[in-house]
Amino acid sequence: MLVKASDLAIARGGVPVLEGLSFALGAGEALILRGPNGAGKTTLLRTVAGLQPALSGTLEVAEESVAYAAHADGLKSMLTVTENLSFWASVFGQSSIEAALDRFNLRSLADRQAGTLSAGQKRRLGLARLLVTGRPLWVLDEPTVSLDTASVQLFAAAVRAHLAGGGAALIATHIDLGLEARVLDVTSHKAVHRDIPGGFEEAFL
Amino acid sequence: MIALLRRDLALAVRAGGGFGLGLAFFLIVVVLVPFGVGPETPLLTAIAPGVLWLGALLACLLSLDRILALDWEDGSLDLMATSPLPLEGVVTIKALAHWVTTGLPLVLAAPVLGVLLNLPGPGYPWLTLSLALGTPALSVLGTFGAALTVGLKRGGLLLSLLVLPLYVPTLIFGAEVARRGAAGLDPMTPLLMLAGITCGTIALLPFASAAVLRMNLR
Amino acid sequence: MSLWEYANPKKFLALSGKVLPWVSGLALACLVIGLVWGFFFTPEDYRQGATVKIIYLHVPAALMAINSWLMMLVASLIWIVRRHHVSALAAKAAAPVGMVMTVIALVTGAIWGQPMWGTWWAWDPRLTSFLILFLFYLGYMALWDAIENPDTAADLTSILCLVGSVFAVLSRYAVLFWNQGLHQGASLSMDAEENVADVFWYPLLVCMAGFVLLFLALVLLRTRTEIRARRIKAILARERAA
Repeated sequence: MLVKASDLAIARGGVPVLEGLSFALGAGEALILRGPNGAGKTTLLRTVAGLQPALSGTLEVAEESVAYAAHADGLKSMLTVTENLSFWASVFGQSSIEAALDRFNLRSLADRQAGTLSAGQKRRLGLARLLVTGRPLWVLDEPTVSLDTASVQLFAAAVRAHLAGGGAALIATHIDLGLEARVLDVTSHKAVHRDIPGGFEEAFL
Repeated sequence: MIALLRRDLALAVRAGGGFGLGLAFFLIVVVLVPFGVGPETPLLTAIAPGVLWLGALLACLLSLDRILALDWEDGSLDLMATSPLPLEGVVTIKALAHWVTTGLPLVLAAPVLGVLLNLPGPGYPWLTLSLALGTPALSVLGTFGAALTVGLKRGGLLLSLLVLPLYVPTLIFGAEVARRGAAGLDPMTPLLMLAGITCGTIALLPFASAAVLRMNLR
Repeated sequence: MSLWEYANPKKFLALSGKVLPWVSGLALACLVIGLVWGFFFTPEDYRQGATVKIIYLHVPAALMAINSWLMMLVASLIWIVRRHHVSALAAKAAAPVGMVMTVIALVTGAIWGQPMWGTWWAWDPRLTSFLILFLFYLGYMALWDAIENPDTAADLTSILCLVGSVFAVLSRYAVLFWNQGLHQGASLSMDAEENVADVFWYPLLVCMAGFVLLFLALVLLRTRTEIRARRIKAILARERAA
């Protein structure tokens, strides 16, 4: 089991946004998060990635297993595509970036500076970064933003290959990726405020 | 970690201005001082060690907000926080990269600018040594300040306000070494204090910087 | 019932509401008695004349300037270790009070220094240390103001307070070293309070007690305000989210 959440509640800026979340992901499984903007999908993904603590409930994530990709790709515009990928590969202790270049069709762009790429090309590079991490659990926040149809297919294929290789993916997205995946709609888990008997407590709520 | 250092140095070289700007600022400060206090040689000789130290400190301050802000904006910090690199290591490397691109050039330029201010002969080695020992502490303290203000849109001014009081001991002992060296006195005591502060800062402050960065990434 | 239960905002509000009038009244009484006694019923110093009487403001203010930072340090540590919100807010509340105390100490020092040493300001180690302490207060308060999320602000300012304390102490020793280094064998002694006679000492003690109580009253009052402001903020955030 790569990630297991039970009765998880999360907060954004000290305000509870989602509660009662329970899910688990094992090797080869994917979970798609859906819900309206501002529902707390990003907060949930950041919590799973270990960037912020959960409000309550338990969240078990296998050690050193998460590869996180957010809205920002963490690319340096002054470095070339190869240099950007090589940097992240060596941070994660991997050596080869060839597979990632091929998988996201970046071979012809390898020597271009990241700053000269189009938004979609940058996104592809950002996603290619996932492959050089060598980590099993992909935590992806709106991965298909600014991708064209062909690139979305590339991405879906990459996710399928990752799952087939024993990986797992937790993806927040609005479009249909054509994946064999369970769907978790967070709308029904919206945190409701309960008045604590006896007035406001330690958290001022 | 090595990869991060190499990347930061490559970025500093390619983005340009990284080395140049701090140095140019240092030069301008040193040139402006005689305009402010008058051209009398004895006066300039007397204040040269202090002015050079202060100029180096301000030049160092100039680029502090770039240490972490760029990586914050493009999301690299989030990704590094989820990577195998410990954040303590990340902030140490960031401080080291800042020192190599800002502190080291200042150390090398200071003797040249010392000529402009009639720094006495015996002062040169001590000035260079004190800057070489002191500027790493400035970079590490600056990284702490940068970590505190990383999420803020206009953090630059606040960063100066937070970091400058922390620079006081380093400035006092560093300038004292240069001043005593220039006056032909024994600079050993302040030199050891300066080295002590730098070592202590490098050893302990990255933990505070990393803790603060984690809080800001939440 | 453990002491920590008063770290609950509600309990704290209830208790501090009861204590506050007493502390305020006692502070007022001590200050009036101490200052009137000191100003009108003590002899004039044979060297300094009537100017010595500013000591009844200067010394207690200086005392509280340092102790206020110490209190902030303790409160910050409690926040880091036990995460009691009241503790973080008390540290926030104490900062402006401490800063004003520092300013009072600096200004009364300057006013006292003018007739005594013939100068409003000298880079004496003690004066310089207070100036640096003032800068630390400024930075601490500016950081509180700059950060939106109150918990993050509490976290960051606590660490700043910790690191700042270490560097404030370092600065103190650096400044001592620095000025001795400049003026070997300084002839000006600025330690007026080291040879204070009993006649001056007793009213001074009352004044110091008055300042401690005044500080306590102000911090309690400000902490109560901060707790309520925090509660309003939480309610507003919740309504936005709903």
